[in-house]
Amino acid sequence: MAEASADVARALSPEESEPDALSRKLRILLIEDDVEAASWLIKGLRDRGHYVDLADNGEDGLQVARMGQHDVMIVDRMLPKRDGLDLIRDLRGSGHQMPMLILSALSDVDERVKGLRAGGDDYLAKPYSFSELLARIEGLAARKSADGTDSKLRIADLEMDLIARTVRRGGKMLPLQPREFKLLEYLLRNAGRIVTRTMLLENVWDYHFDPQTNVIDVHVSRLRGKLDKGFDQQLLQTVRGAGYMIRGD
Amino acid sequence: MLAALSYIYFNTTRLLQQQNDQTIMAEVNSLRDQYQEEGVTGIEESIQRAQFQNSQIQVMLVDGNGMQLAGSLRSPDIKLFPKETWTDFPLTELDAKGAAGHTARGLKIDLPDNHQMIVALDVQDITQFSSIMRQSLYSALAFAGLMGLGGGYVMGRSVLRRVEAINSTARNIMRGDLSGRMPIYGTNDELDRLSQSLNEMLEQIEKLLNAMREVTSNVAHDLRTPLTRLRARAEAALRQPDKAHIEQALQSTLDESDRLLSTFNALLSIAQLESGQQRGGFQRLDAHDILVEVLELYEPVADEEAGEIDLQSRPGLMVMAKRELLAQALLNLLDNAFKYGRNAADQVKVTITGENQDGTVVLSVSDTGGGIAASDRERVLQRFVRLDSSRTKPGNGLGLSLVAGVANLFGGNIELSDNNPGVRATLNIPAASQTL
Repeated sequence: MAEASADVARALSPEESEPDALSRKLRILLIEDDVEAASWLIKGLRDRGHYVDLADNGEDGLQVARMGQHDVMIVDRMLPKRDGLDLIRDLRGSGHQMPMLILSALSDVDERVKGLRAGGDDYLAKPYSFSELLARIEGLAARKSADGTDSKLRIADLEMDLIARTVRRGGKMLPLQPREFKLLEYLLRNAGRIVTRTMLLENVWDYHFDPQTNVIDVHVSRLRGKLDKGFDQQLLQTVRGAGYMIRGD
Repeated sequence: MLAALSYIYFNTTRLLQQQNDQTIMAEVNSLRDQYQEEGVTGIEESIQRAQFQNSQIQVMLVDGNGMQLAGSLRSPDIKLFPKETWTDFPLTELDAKGAAGHTARGLKIDLPDNHQMIVALDVQDITQFSSIMRQSLYSALAFAGLMGLGGGYVMGRSVLRRVEAINSTARNIMRGDLSGRMPIYGTNDELDRLSQSLNEMLEQIEKLLNAMREVTSNVAHDLRTPLTRLRARAEAALRQPDKAHIEQALQSTLDESDRLLSTFNALLSIAQLESGQQRGGFQRLDAHDILVEVLELYEPVADEEAGEIDLQSRPGLMVMAKRELLAQALLNLLDNAFKYGRNAADQVKVTITGENQDGTVVLSVSDTGGGIAASDRERVLQRFVRLDSSRTKPGNGLGLSLVAGVANLFGGNIELSDNNPGVRATLNIPAASQTL
């Protein structure tokens, strides 16, 4: 993360943007027994425009989830009355497809694998930053409703051919290396939504640790150079304190 | 032993008895035949001869009126003598010289013309033998019993004493003296082996507790600084609460918090590695692949900073490890080289090597910078240690502790040496066995 700059409240440069105005208000079910952590989370999510319901134990959480009235779930692993992973297995077992994000104090890869195997769609370790959680939740909800069988991804004058593995902007071919292609693909699939550095490291490199360096920034910056240089419209945006986003408007 | 003796006793006695009975039976049959053929006179001679040949044989021949006709056996009342069954009875002086008190065993049969005959054998020897054997058996029994009791008592006492020693050591340890260890007596028996296992366990616990203590003290010490900074900025902003200042303060609070989170995550990872929670779940992988991946990940950064990375490695560096942890460790080393390994002209040239050396996979990251003084090479692996030359650069001082933790987890280690000039960080990991 960059040091806080001395100049303040400057106008946003062309490559920066405010977080997107919400395209879709989600109905979120939060199952968390830590009242204080829950209240902060709920406030943040509601400020963003989403609707949030809270259950503070596994049994209640299961009952409410079964009613199927929510778009996405956030489940803490350690819950009273019924364990979080248990709850997820139960719901998956009875056919519920709702996307679920697992929150857990257990951060190592093995635990993450356990959580995903139980049926979770994403796994976030505590302590986490709110913007990370928000980006993932919105990403989850959108992914589930997206069609995964496109052979082309488009935004503005950018077109990506997933079969030929080529990218064109304004008709001109962009020379991307394989990794850059994967990076752009992930950003495009999440167009209009914030993608955090951790999400990028996970989905493009399959690493689940905090690199403690700014490697991701440099990769994105190189991609931006190839993508936006010489064009009026800057597609690849930096969202301060959160991550990156591709937007075409 | 007791069982053996009893067996011998019973069988010998039986055997001897059988022999005797056979002897008597043989005599009975022979005399009966004699009588059939030659009558009383003939049998009288045979009886005398039999008794002469075997001094232990005693015969009694009686006619229909109860009158003894032949034989040296006098004592038993033939009318009362049980017929056709083996009978044991005492001999007296009447029967033979020196036979008084001896036991005899005999058989009475009927002969034609109302005659009756008893053929008996002096079995005193056997009786004596038998009783000696019995006595030996009893003494052996008693002796064994005593030995058992006595030995058991003595052994029990010594075992109890050792168990008590273990108990009292355990109590001391529970009271807080973690340095206590179970006594070993050098007998290498079950108790000793138990004590040894307990001691190994105690070593491990002591190590873990020390690691934990170190972490908490480090955490307290080194998280205080960023938290203090955070607080100071917030206070300053409150003193000048215009929008610009408040925004700045909040933004820097965010940045500082992110740094803290990052440090916290690293600390947790290290603690987890050291506590062994990450054990298991290893996979057989080629360290060369990880080198290539990490290089590819870091390459744009190298490019941007006008640095060079040279990879000298070949596939086939098989280890039992976890891909993520190994990648994290190598990334840390690479990042360190770039951060602190610049030469006087501010250039950075890093060499990464990977090779198999005698059952160890040796991975190294070397730079050409200012190097690390020999006296600092151990220290710098500890948590939060930052050398003076690096203090101005961003970082939390945990990178190398993480690398050390990862190396240890995979059964290896990390070594820092002089690259002449610069630092050479070497990760040694035991190679995975060749057979799958």
